[in-house]
Amino acid sequence: MKEHLYNYILGIADNSLILGQRLGELCGHGPTLETDIAGTNISLDLIGQTRSYYQYAAKVQGEGKTEDDIAFLRLEREYKNVLLVEQPNEHFGYVMGRQFLFDVYHLLFLKELQKSSDETLVAIANKGIKEVSYHKRFSGDWVKRLGDGTEESNKKMQEAIDYLWAYTDELFDMTEADNKMVAEGIGVDVSELKKPYFEQVSTLLKEANLNVPESNYFTRGGKKGIHSEHMGYILADLQYMQRTYPDMEW
Amino acid sequence: MTTTQANIESHLIPVLETVSDPEIPVLSVLDLGVIREAVEENGTIHIKLTPTYSGCPAMDVIGDDLKTAFTAIGKEAKIDLVLTPAWSTDWISEAGLQKMEVYGIARPLSETADKDVLLGEKKLVKCTNCGSTNTHLVSQFGSTACKALFKCDDCQEPFDYFKCLK
Repeated sequence: MKEHLYNYILGIADNSLILGQRLGELCGHGPTLETDIAGTNISLDLIGQTRSYYQYAAKVQGEGKTEDDIAFLRLEREYKNVLLVEQPNEHFGYVMGRQFLFDVYHLLFLKELQKSSDETLVAIANKGIKEVSYHKRFSGDWVKRLGDGTEESNKKMQEAIDYLWAYTDELFDMTEADNKMVAEGIGVDVSELKKPYFEQVSTLLKEANLNVPESNYFTRGGKKGIHSEHMGYILADLQYMQRTYPDMEW
Repeated sequence: MTTTQANIESHLIPVLETVSDPEIPVLSVLDLGVIREAVEENGTIHIKLTPTYSGCPAMDVIGDDLKTAFTAIGKEAKIDLVLTPAWSTDWISEAGLQKMEVYGIARPLSETADKDVLLGEKKLVKCTNCGSTNTHLVSQFGSTACKALFKCDDCQEPFDYFKCLK
């Protein structure tokens, strides 16, 4: 039970950590000052949520580890984030596309997590849901603005959605920890979020004058620790300080 | 006010009032409504602190500042971060809202009005420089997680707006 709960919490938190890290890469490199600040603000919210999850995971595990140990000292195979969040910041269309495709899922997920029998997870969800609603509004607005903008912006937004589409289906895979936690009344049955997810995403894409991809090819693996080639580079950046100066603190 | 629900022992208030938000130094932690409990037990001060936003970096600083403020009067303070109930802009005191406006940050509107202004549908946010409501949203995100950036179309001054969080 303890081990499953620990893995379950990490399964949620790792998505936020890696997406937060990806957005953090843009700090000082956003296309405009406002979007730069927005990206880092969203990153901060996600990493803040991650901290709450990791603090709880460390407590559940009960081995005296800290949130930092969990964030920085695991190997690639031990991270449970979906492949979607580790996809690179090719251009702003990819950044907003990835954000939007994750935000729709994230909001649906947190709404369900609010019904969990686990008080701490409910508290984190209650807090996070206010932030994530705002993220979704921001990323959704940008997908619309770019999709319904110029010929060039439409082309680039479509390219990003077409590329990222293959990574969406994994969001709804149930892991062993998911199944165990659903049975306990703690976890969310993410397979049930699939229908509302694709409905919401399709509606917005159409509004944005974008095609809903028809491809049925989906790739997966992140939840089981089998990551894309990008993950090693992300971790090299993320873990650098802790690996170079073990046990350093701010 | 919901802030009255916070369990704060009155003799601790003078010390708590000296600790401010590092990002909005005119606001004390009491004005901001982030102290949910402050009680003294056997000489130790137990404080329950709630974050405004999950990732707000000011929280760690506030925690340290609280400890330092109590150390200065020879007391030890223990800080616990609590998430429930989640902080709301309703918890900012009226005095706090007034100080904030003088400082140049427009006060949060009601939930519906907030949505209207952030979607650019209505002009309701009052410029902190000239008082005009002929203002528009420049960026949904501002210098900190809790603020958005606005600009006044009358006096042309940019200013921060404290987003409604409920």
